[in-house]
Amino acid sequence: MALPPPDPEFVLRGTNAAVHTLHFSCGGQEPDFPILFSGQNGFVHVWNLKTRRVNTALDGHGRKSVYWVETMGAKDRLLSQGRDQRICLWDLTEGRTSVMDSVFTENVGFCRCSLLKVAQGRWLLAMAAKSLEEVQVLELPSKTSVCTLKPEVGAKLGMPMCLKLWQLDSGSRPWLLAGYEDGSVILWNLSMGKVSSQLVCHQEPVMSLDFDSEKAKGISGSSEKVLSIWSLNEQQNLQVHKTHELINSGISDITIRSDKKILATAGWDHRIRIFGWKKLKPLAVLDYHTSTVHCVSFSDHRNPSERLLAAGSKDHRISVWSIYAQT
Amino acid sequence: ASLPGGSDCSVAFVSHVVGKACVHGRQKEILGVLVPQLTELTRSDCIWQRICWRLVEGVPDRWMEAVLLGFVQSASGADALSRLLGNVVVKNKKAQFVMTQKLLLLQYGYTTAVLQNVLGYLSLDNLRRALLIKVLQELLETWGSSSAVRHSPVEQQQYISKAILICLSHLKEPEIESCRQELLTNMMAGVKCHLDSSLPQIRRLGMIVAESLSVKINTDGPVLKFQYEEDDETRELKSLLVRAPPGRDVPSPPHDRNERADAALPGELEGAEKPQTAAQVVPDEESDAELDSDDELVPYDMSEDKELKSTKAPVYIRDCIEVLTTSDDVDKWNATIKALEGLIRKNPAATREVSVELAKILLHVEEKSCIEGFAVLRQKAQVAVLTTDPIPVAQFLTSQFYSLNYSLRQRMDILDVLVLAAQEMSSKFCGKNKQSNAQKPCIQLLPESDSSKDWRKVVDERIKSKTRRFAKGRSQAEPDSGPNEFNSVAGHFFFPLLQNFDRPLSTFDLLGEDHFVLGRLVHTLAILMYLAANAAAVTPMGKVLLEFVWALRFHIDSYVRQGLLSCISSILLSVPAAHLLEDVAELLVETRCWLADVVEKDPDGDCRRLALQNLLLMENLKKKLETAPS
Repeated sequence: MALPPPDPEFVLRGTNAAVHTLHFSCGGQEPDFPILFSGQNGFVHVWNLKTRRVNTALDGHGRKSVYWVETMGAKDRLLSQGRDQRICLWDLTEGRTSVMDSVFTENVGFCRCSLLKVAQGRWLLAMAAKSLEEVQVLELPSKTSVCTLKPEVGAKLGMPMCLKLWQLDSGSRPWLLAGYEDGSVILWNLSMGKVSSQLVCHQEPVMSLDFDSEKAKGISGSSEKVLSIWSLNEQQNLQVHKTHELINSGISDITIRSDKKILATAGWDHRIRIFGWKKLKPLAVLDYHTSTVHCVSFSDHRNPSERLLAAGSKDHRISVWSIYAQT
Repeated sequence: ASLPGGSDCSVAFVSHVVGKACVHGRQKEILGVLVPQLTELTRSDCIWQRICWRLVEGVPDRWMEAVLLGFVQSASGADALSRLLGNVVVKNKKAQFVMTQKLLLLQYGYTTAVLQNVLGYLSLDNLRRALLIKVLQELLETWGSSSAVRHSPVEQQQYISKAILICLSHLKEPEIESCRQELLTNMMAGVKCHLDSSLPQIRRLGMIVAESLSVKINTDGPVLKFQYEEDDETRELKSLLVRAPPGRDVPSPPHDRNERADAALPGELEGAEKPQTAAQVVPDEESDAELDSDDELVPYDMSEDKELKSTKAPVYIRDCIEVLTTSDDVDKWNATIKALEGLIRKNPAATREVSVELAKILLHVEEKSCIEGFAVLRQKAQVAVLTTDPIPVAQFLTSQFYSLNYSLRQRMDILDVLVLAAQEMSSKFCGKNKQSNAQKPCIQLLPESDSSKDWRKVVDERIKSKTRRFAKGRSQAEPDSGPNEFNSVAGHFFFPLLQNFDRPLSTFDLLGEDHFVLGRLVHTLAILMYLAANAAAVTPMGKVLLEFVWALRFHIDSYVRQGLLSCISSILLSVPAAHLLEDVAELLVETRCWLADVVEKDPDGDCRRLALQNLLLMENLKKKLETAPS
């Protein structure tokens, strides 16, 4: 007899707005300060997971929605992307809350950026650029443009919807996977700035994707009922590996846990689904939220048994779960 | 028994001995020894075969039946029987009568194996095959005769059906071709009688036999296919159509058996091993792949994961009414039907304002789209309306029961709803779990046997509990009870149902063709009577019901009779004994005589059982009254 799905470990309230993005920072030097960053309308909240309260609220986007946050290295360097067309870099050391630097993207879309550390002190940031179909890759912290990825004329891909920078291991060539409005996923070769492979995965816009560079396998979700799993072969070509049909349509976010064992999807049907990554075996359906779940994120705890999963939803709540933490 | 070979001797004496022994009932003893030995000896030796035939043919006619029956029962298989009996059935008139008529049509207590033996025996020789066809035709005539279907016991009908199926399995194409037209005519007639019956087992038997016949007759055209529930009985019947492989003798002499068994085993083992190894190769590959999958991640229960509903159901009862009557929006209609029962129960006051209208709509509403369990949902909603506002809705429903222009299905739905509502309203009083048994909606055509079985269980329980209580006194604590809401409205449910049963309408004739509905009505009345145990109106209800039963007691339909007997049980259990004796003492005595008659003579086993129970109840009643202080 299968057990009923677990309840959340705890639920964070107090955002008073739909939660668009979440990012954990718990693997750092200070084990007593597990932090969760959440982005809502206008603010980035820094949650202390021990006390489960908001430590600080960062107001840097003129009350416009923040739809992506990620730490750059340590937990006191935070990048946030808002609908005010800016990406801000925050300095949070010792209780400060100041914007150190910002990038004006001139992009009015919703595409979340992707950050990749390529060397000590050097990062690559991929973001949707001003022109509708373009993706720009910047090097941080210098903010120099590495390349601009333009699909060929007449490709009719639409806007880029989601991005993922990856490299096989540190020091090797970085690649970019981008999901577009027409349902295709493109693998970009960054050194040449050209399309390496293109695969039509969905009939509807690709809402979110994630990639496992070790297994060269990725997964994408869209506004329809299908999750698409595709893989990269030796010639760096994308092929569809399998598809999985869901009960209700619409996925906002997908994320694979760092141990590559499970993945979580955030659904428009208010539910979070957990799958095994190896064979996409459905493992659990977490039904807590009462509105669309916008984002899911796994924590980076060093101690495996402390690992958590957080989900942010339109119902203003962040649910935090401890699931499959023992394996 | 050893016999010098070659010489011509008479076995007449042996025939006489065997015959006499069999007629005195010693078939098992003497044939138990004789038959296995003869089976062995005749296996390959023609002389022994002829000796055996002479033996059997030499049995005097007056003992022939006993001997044949003994042989048929102790033979190990059709071909053994064939070797033992030879063509005695063709040569001897009495033997023919016994084998083709008596065994098959006049008696029905033998096992399927015996049937297989007899019919297989008939099929094994060309001389005898003509008899096989004749037998099939006669069996079919009986099977198809409507009076047989109505009056003969279920067990006999099962026996005949089995015989038909076995015959069919033995007949070859050309033989069936020759009598195809007759088979077809008989089948059509027979199917009609069977489907008309009120007992589900009969209907099912008819369906299975007709299907089998149709398969054999129309080998290239479309075949008849019925829908019925599969269970052990149906599977057994269908397996009879497949002929058992001939020559499958069970070797009886011990030394032979071992040899044969040894010979058989290696062959079997070989055969069995090969498919096993083949099958094993494939799962290995799969299991390899499985092993390193996420086996350590145990999935949680995901049964709650369903589609998100987008349309909301109306929240007010009046809105529901509007949606059900006028709306074209299928989603909304579906959502309304699903939510209706809950809404009715949560808003009793609002429901009472529109109860009759709602009941009317529910009675007439038809399935607009394919939602699961539409009939169940509708019935639950109807029950909810009835329990919320019993009197006006009961009046409405009972009046509609006898009105023009309703289908039989709708009338039976009315009865079901009345029963379920009555059970619900009196459930706090009755307490126990029989409530849950009957609460399962009686939508399918089959539950009448179920409800009568439950019914019997309940009555049995009650009888036992009553007798025990009499001896030991009240040892059980009474379960928590609430007020029995049914008591005050029992009369409204009950009496109108009895008003017009003898007045036929143009579309509805309870006492005529629609005896199936009559059966359901009678069962309903029995349940209502039982549930009214403490109602104020229980005595007049009992009187009226007793007279009703008396009027219908000779009904030809056994389902109706079962219902009438259940009514008597309810009356005896619910009406206080003193009142019964006061008001209807004479009728009770006459009823008792009738019950005794039923116990002895009724062809239906269930009727006899129920009648016996009723007699027991009456005895208890008498005892109770005699010993109770006046």
